[in-house]
Amino acid sequence: MSETPLIADLGGAPQEAPLSGARIGVVTFPGTLDDRDAARAIKLAGGTPVALWHADTDPAALHGVDAVVLPGGFSYGDYLRAGAIARFAPLMGKIVDAANSDAKLPVLGICNGFQILTEAHLLPGSMIKNDHLKFICRDQTLRVENNRTAWTNQYEEGQEITVVLKNQDGQYVADEKTLDELEGEGRVAFRYVGWNPNGSRRGIAGITNAAGNVVGLMPHPEHAVEPGFAPLGADGQYSTDGLGFFASVLSQLVGEAK
Amino acid sequence: MPRIVVDVMPKPEILDPQGKAIVGALPRLGFTAFSGVRQGKRFELTVDGPVTDEILEQARNAAETMLSNPVIEDVVNVEVLEA
Repeated sequence: MSETPLIADLGGAPQEAPLSGARIGVVTFPGTLDDRDAARAIKLAGGTPVALWHADTDPAALHGVDAVVLPGGFSYGDYLRAGAIARFAPLMGKIVDAANSDAKLPVLGICNGFQILTEAHLLPGSMIKNDHLKFICRDQTLRVENNRTAWTNQYEEGQEITVVLKNQDGQYVADEKTLDELEGEGRVAFRYVGWNPNGSRRGIAGITNAAGNVVGLMPHPEHAVEPGFAPLGADGQYSTDGLGFFASVLSQLVGEAK
Repeated sequence: MPRIVVDVMPKPEILDPQGKAIVGALPRLGFTAFSGVRQGKRFELTVDGPVTDEILEQARNAAETMLSNPVIEDVVNVEVLEA
């Protein structure tokens, strides 16, 4: 195990120099916890993280970023409903407009970020308390059901990845008609493998919008990006499976730039 | 000061995990008469001055857009409480 580097060396130039030009915003709300982890994951994947502030009312508040990550945490202490207050932040209006625009800004919501995306109606359904009522924190295997989104194109369809799952309100719910539409249109992006950790309808861990630019999921890919600080995968090796999210969006952005 | 009360309940078809936990605990204290519990939320909006139709309409809008999430919850009551 001594050859396993515990901390990635961020000192050198990124391996994929052409990707480093892509700038990915990470939004911080009051109560956000995982913004720095998300920024680190973006950097490790070869992108440039840009810190964005929820209350920024400047017309250029998005700082011209090429994509946005809404990271995990407990914005506003989960008061009212998880993500319910954050979704009315001034910056969220700009993100919703950009995601729905012709430019189709890629947006990834992780955990609380996913909850904010459903409250903002960028993604359907909602999250309620885990069916077993306990906070859960574990390594979780997911199956990539849709690898045609901005955030999953570097995975194989059906690929199983192991990342961290940690939440209290993680039970994905929607009415049967919405669930049937999501299934029929291939918009279930991730499903839990092995068991259902929170009672989510149809084992859904994450979904995408129809255009594939907005993706939300409860588990945390940004916590599985470097050896030594990652879950152990099925093969007993440290999982850096989460890097694929950030590599995917960088790959798409570079493709568009060509 | 008059207040507007807004009551929000989880939709009937949505399993209410909190209510389920409460109904499981009640018999342990000897409260055996209750076969189900659903937990909702009550909001009290204080108004400085009389509650006009326009203010009541604002409260209804706030209830639908922010105080509840129509995917999982219903606004079951909006009423004025005179102080």
